[in-house]
Amino acid sequence: MDWQTYIWAFLVGGALSMLGQLILDFTNFTPGHVLSGFVVAGGILGGLGLYDKLVEFAGAGATMPISSFGNALVQGAISEAERTGVIGVLTGMFELTSTGITAAIVFGFLVAVVFNPKG
Amino acid sequence: MVRDPKKKPLTVDQKRYTEMVRDLVPKPPYFRNAVLAFIFGGLVCVFGQFFTDVYRITFHMSSKEAGNPAVATMIFIGALLTGLGVFDKIARYAGAGLAVPVTGFANSIVASALEFKKEGLVFGVGSKMFLLAGSPITFGVVTAFVVGLIYALFVF
Repeated sequence: MDWQTYIWAFLVGGALSMLGQLILDFTNFTPGHVLSGFVVAGGILGGLGLYDKLVEFAGAGATMPISSFGNALVQGAISEAERTGVIGVLTGMFELTSTGITAAIVFGFLVAVVFNPKG
Repeated sequence: MVRDPKKKPLTVDQKRYTEMVRDLVPKPPYFRNAVLAFIFGGLVCVFGQFFTDVYRITFHMSSKEAGNPAVATMIFIGALLTGLGVFDKIARYAGAGLAVPVTGFANSIVASALEFKKEGLVFGVGSKMFLLAGSPITFGVVTAFVVGLIYALFVF
């Protein structure tokens, strides 16, 4: 267990969240715009190989923010394309993100079935 | 909202009204919001790191492999807290601190599903679940497709 990772996770995760908050407060963008922007930015940084470098030292500070979703999509597409050619962009797209999507659908569905809207 | 420039110019009264509203609408407490988002966003990621380490050590995974179940765990927590009605209470203070991490993704799915639950399981929960979360997925996949295509055609 590496305690320094926890400090970097806090700082990087906090900084990304603060960036999102500043965009929300200073512009007319909605949370939907901000989250989409984060995913696209994560995808582009992933394509440049920069996002994985951030993950290396910030750990969950980089994997928990939604930008890692864009990165994971790109990494899946690229690594499969490396093995099988252009078609790999299609077949590998959800290779790494399937955990997140599956969890979100299953847990989201179950919670929505069990609970009722509050207020 | 940004005004459509093609619309006809505002009358003097409308202009004065707009200025009045702009002065009366309270400014968000920028500094407080930013600090709270930083602290809560950081804490969510510390929890995420803790789960990553738990999975890494328990199941002898690499840090990279352990990230996936950790994300799933945070999604579960985000979904559950939304169902319990606790998420919104924390989010009132945390703002983007809960929205930017995957907990926000889970929250948007459950919140949409619950909002439309009265329309039934198929057309309500099933279809409307991705009302808010659909957009990040669409833009993410399109971005990844373009980036992947550039890699496949020009880099390898």
